[in-house]
Amino acid sequence: MIVCDIFNYHMSIDLKTIKHISKLSRISVDEKKAEKLAGDLNSIFEFIEKLNELKTDNVQPLTSVAETTLKLRDDKVKSKNLRDQIIKNSPQENEDYFVVPKVIE
Amino acid sequence: MSEITKQSLSELIKNIKDKKLSSTEVTKAFVERSEKSKKLNAYVTEDFSAAIDKAKKFDQNPNLDLKLPGIPMAVKDLFCTKNVKTTAGSKILNNFIPTYESTVTQNIWNEGAILLGKLNCDEFAMGSSNETSFFGCVQNPIDKDLVPGGSSGGSSSAVAAQLTPITIGTDTGGSIRQPASFTGIVGLKPTYGSCSRYGIVAFASSLDQAGPMAQNVRDCALLHEVISSYDEKDSTSIDFKRNNYVKELTNNIKGKKIGIPKEYRVDAMPKEIEDLWKKGIDYVKDCGAEIIDISLPHTNYALPTYYIVAPAEASSNLARYDGVKYGFRADGENLIDMYEKTRSEGFGAEVQRRIMIGTYVLSSGYYDAYYLKAQKVRKLIKNDFDEAYKKVDAILTPSTPSSAFKIGEKTNDPVSMYLNDIFTVPVNLAGLPGISIPAGHDAKGYPLGLQIIGKAFDEQNLLNIAYAMEEKINFKNKITDWWIK
Repeated sequence: MIVCDIFNYHMSIDLKTIKHISKLSRISVDEKKAEKLAGDLNSIFEFIEKLNELKTDNVQPLTSVAETTLKLRDDKVKSKNLRDQIIKNSPQENEDYFVVPKVIE
Repeated sequence: MSEITKQSLSELIKNIKDKKLSSTEVTKAFVERSEKSKKLNAYVTEDFSAAIDKAKKFDQNPNLDLKLPGIPMAVKDLFCTKNVKTTAGSKILNNFIPTYESTVTQNIWNEGAILLGKLNCDEFAMGSSNETSFFGCVQNPIDKDLVPGGSSGGSSSAVAAQLTPITIGTDTGGSIRQPASFTGIVGLKPTYGSCSRYGIVAFASSLDQAGPMAQNVRDCALLHEVISSYDEKDSTSIDFKRNNYVKELTNNIKGKKIGIPKEYRVDAMPKEIEDLWKKGIDYVKDCGAEIIDISLPHTNYALPTYYIVAPAEASSNLARYDGVKYGFRADGENLIDMYEKTRSEGFGAEVQRRIMIGTYVLSSGYYDAYYLKAQKVRKLIKNDFDEAYKKVDAILTPSTPSSAFKIGEKTNDPVSMYLNDIFTVPVNLAGLPGISIPAGHDAKGYPLGLQIIGKAFDEQNLLNIAYAMEEKINFKNKITDWWIK
């Protein structure tokens, strides 16, 4: 029942929610884009809501289709110094460092 | 000998091994045809002169024992290729030059193949029509107004138009099988865990698989044999005994039990798809297989499940694009502002939409209602298949609910676009192998595909059924080269 309530409550994703998700996603969204996204997300969630027809209280969630336990490997360094390769594609770097806008005032 | 680009992969290999053709001749032929086919927009990056150099080098000392001796091949631009730009169809990776090679492509080069270039795809493989690519949509060689399917749309277009003898795509919810069906070619999505995901730009890690796209089933089997391998660099790669898929390929499928799931008769399915399916049933019967009616009761819940699981995983995977370590960066007043502008300008609309959905379903307070719920339904969907496979060896369905649609037809309606994957998505959720083979044409002359779904790790059986059906169907693709003046 609680699940149903949450769905009903959120059947309409409003602009405030869009702004909140955009903050969490680190994607800036202006008013126009927010309105478009709200429309799209509402139609998608309306479609997703179909899952509510199913009772799943006693179902174990499927987290991986590969029914194997993860393999352990030796804790050994296999690659040599990759510093140059790692830094090669950065938009801005200074010798050994990635450069970002100033974080500390 | 027929024109080089018209030959199948198997024919080309034979001619190279018999020294009737050199790798240079073959590579030049595909480069020339690709040069004349820019209108299709199948390539994002061309590597033609390097390809011809590699072919010449191969011919100087040819190793004809390899499985793909001197064969030129373009690949989907979702596979990292060392020193060759890899964009995933996105602005955010438009300047990304990998310093490493994906395992799947490395396996291909190890067997003697030569990279022709990188093929267009939906941005981060999110799309069913190739229209979300930053590099523009791809035209279907069947007809200029048609989408080639997606997300492996450049791949399907390039194989159907014979710009590459064969290719690889990736399939998260149908991205190999649906474009194969839309362009009249064969596409295999292998069992989850059979091909390494190392070096493939990640979309939804519990669903993504690489697989071959080919002109026929034999070629498809051969490439699958090359790309399927255990890889310790992918923690979900599975160590099982792989077959010699080509050597063991047989059209003898007598006594095989083929399931027909009643839930795949969806509302508003065009009559021609229903008729194609019936024809498919007759073909497998002709081959001596037995038809058994089965039920996959949770089929209708697969798409809503997928549209929680896939965006959730995508939102997490795509968090790495922050404008710091690689890729596009937009200027910002401070660090957060830089992140937000980079991601807002760097990702296209569909990718942003999916990141938002994923972030929402994983956000505090909604996780149980959406993500956990979807994982539970995913279990029910997998159980359906497990139950069915107690009675049958494989399942036969249409590949898509319609033939290829027109460019622009569905771009404003995300849900109608998503519905296109209704028959392919359950296979990814259950981690099973599925193959789409061309099986007929609709009234407009557009190709239609049939899908065969197999048991996990049973690609051999799947390929055998496809091989036997292919012989009966005797499909001929109707391509007129309209894009070449």
